[in-house]
Amino acid sequence: MNLETTAPPRKNPDAGARGAASKRGGIARWLDDRLGLGPLLAHLREKDVPHHRHSVWYFFGGMTLFLFTVQVVTGILLLFYYSPGANSAFESVQFIMGQVRFGWLVRSIHSWSANLMIGSLFVHMFSVFLLKGYRAPRELTWVTGVLLFFVVLGFGFSGYLLPWNQLAFFATKVGTEIAGAIPIVGHTVLRLLRGGDDVTGVTLSRFFALHVAILPIVAVGLLSVHLLLIQRQGISVPLSLEQRKAPVIRLPFFPDFFLRELIGWYVALAALAALAALDPWPLGTKCDPLAPAPAGIKPEWFFLWLYQTLRYLPAKILGLDGDMVGVCFINVAFALWIFIPFLDKKASNGRRSPAFTAIGWSAILYIIGMTLWGHFA
Amino acid sequence: MEPTNRESEPLERRNFLNVVLGAGVAGTIGSIGFPIVRYLLPPPESDAAPDAVVAAKEGELPPNSGKIVRFGVKPALLIRRADGSYGAFFASCTHLDCTVQYRPDLKVIHCACHNGMYDLQGRNVSGPPPRPLERLQVKQRGNEILLAREG
Repeated sequence: MNLETTAPPRKNPDAGARGAASKRGGIARWLDDRLGLGPLLAHLREKDVPHHRHSVWYFFGGMTLFLFTVQVVTGILLLFYYSPGANSAFESVQFIMGQVRFGWLVRSIHSWSANLMIGSLFVHMFSVFLLKGYRAPRELTWVTGVLLFFVVLGFGFSGYLLPWNQLAFFATKVGTEIAGAIPIVGHTVLRLLRGGDDVTGVTLSRFFALHVAILPIVAVGLLSVHLLLIQRQGISVPLSLEQRKAPVIRLPFFPDFFLRELIGWYVALAALAALAALDPWPLGTKCDPLAPAPAGIKPEWFFLWLYQTLRYLPAKILGLDGDMVGVCFINVAFALWIFIPFLDKKASNGRRSPAFTAIGWSAILYIIGMTLWGHFA
Repeated sequence: MEPTNRESEPLERRNFLNVVLGAGVAGTIGSIGFPIVRYLLPPPESDAAPDAVVAAKEGELPPNSGKIVRFGVKPALLIRRADGSYGAFFASCTHLDCTVQYRPDLKVIHCACHNGMYDLQGRNVSGPPPRPLERLQVKQRGNEILLAREG
């Protein structure tokens, strides 16, 4: 006998029907009576993900989120021993690496996971771009996603300085100098970032505040909207499949898709542990503001394409400062990137937009090409 | 009989898979949790505490006075009693670890946090402290007063 189907719908939460719901535990029921989680759980139960030959790309968003979680956990752990300041930052990281049990592991995982997260984020962003996942009604998911991409680059840039080693010092000098090339407001931005005219302990304090307080708040805000929109609108079906009008197989999110994601996360975790154990992230030498820049110094790989772009610009373009032109061009490109869904009207109307596919591939090839060139140059 | 067997088979498989899955989850939690707990427990401190420290020059402390000095990372209290003899203790109150001080007006060692009192031998005589102060040896080397661990 199935009581659940025969019992009348419960209108008054106090009016019994306890036998009917006896399957659910006391605490779950107590919470449900107060929070009304029913519709939410029903939504999760019905949530599904399109299953087709491009499905593999759907995993990179979840992968980025997983690696972000690793960053949050290991970042909080590092905060227990890290001490910002020109005279204590390097020493405290040294202490973490040398004295604290598993400290080397936590720090190496934080560094490696940061790199894998940025890699996964690039894949996620460009796969969404090429599958035109940004088209109406998902414009805001794209916008928050691109903003998150900028926030993550900010995390990478600010976190890089925190160990206060020689490489970090010059990376920050160069990076903030580039920001100084922005017309009109450049010098103000440079001083705002550095906390003065030079990169000093004051800059370290600012970058620390940025890295552990400001950027996390912004990231969590953007991420919440990003994820909420995905829950609300469901996963986009690629334009090419939608046009075929054939029904798309849908996979239940829980447990089918979720368990598949879990496998990916386990692989990522194993990769992280292996990388951190076999190739622990080096600490380098302590920052010495008077030492010359080491030979062959380069930014981290995810900034290499930007670095390479600026490096090969002539000193003067049409009588203007080459760096300034380059920085302006990059800023405009980034701004346009945010507004892609509003520019690609064809895709939003459900039509193919080969021009934007070409733009996407050009950007990918440009970034890969410039990165490789910068790496081997 | 047969249908029952057929019905119970998937259940057994399900149970088996659930056990495997549960073991995997437990293993994951363990292998992540163990390093985190070890990490959070502070590493053993390198024995920074010295065996002896120079606390004062001879004649620096007048009778009926005291001085807080550093003994490794902990504070120590060197007192000079009214009769000119020296005494030394770790300055951490045995009640709740506040730093005690010498009170020339009362001729006692006093803890301001909860009004604990010790006599000039470090014995707890009034207020909440449960035990005497931990004693240090006072030695003289040339014209320096040294503090050393007892025993």
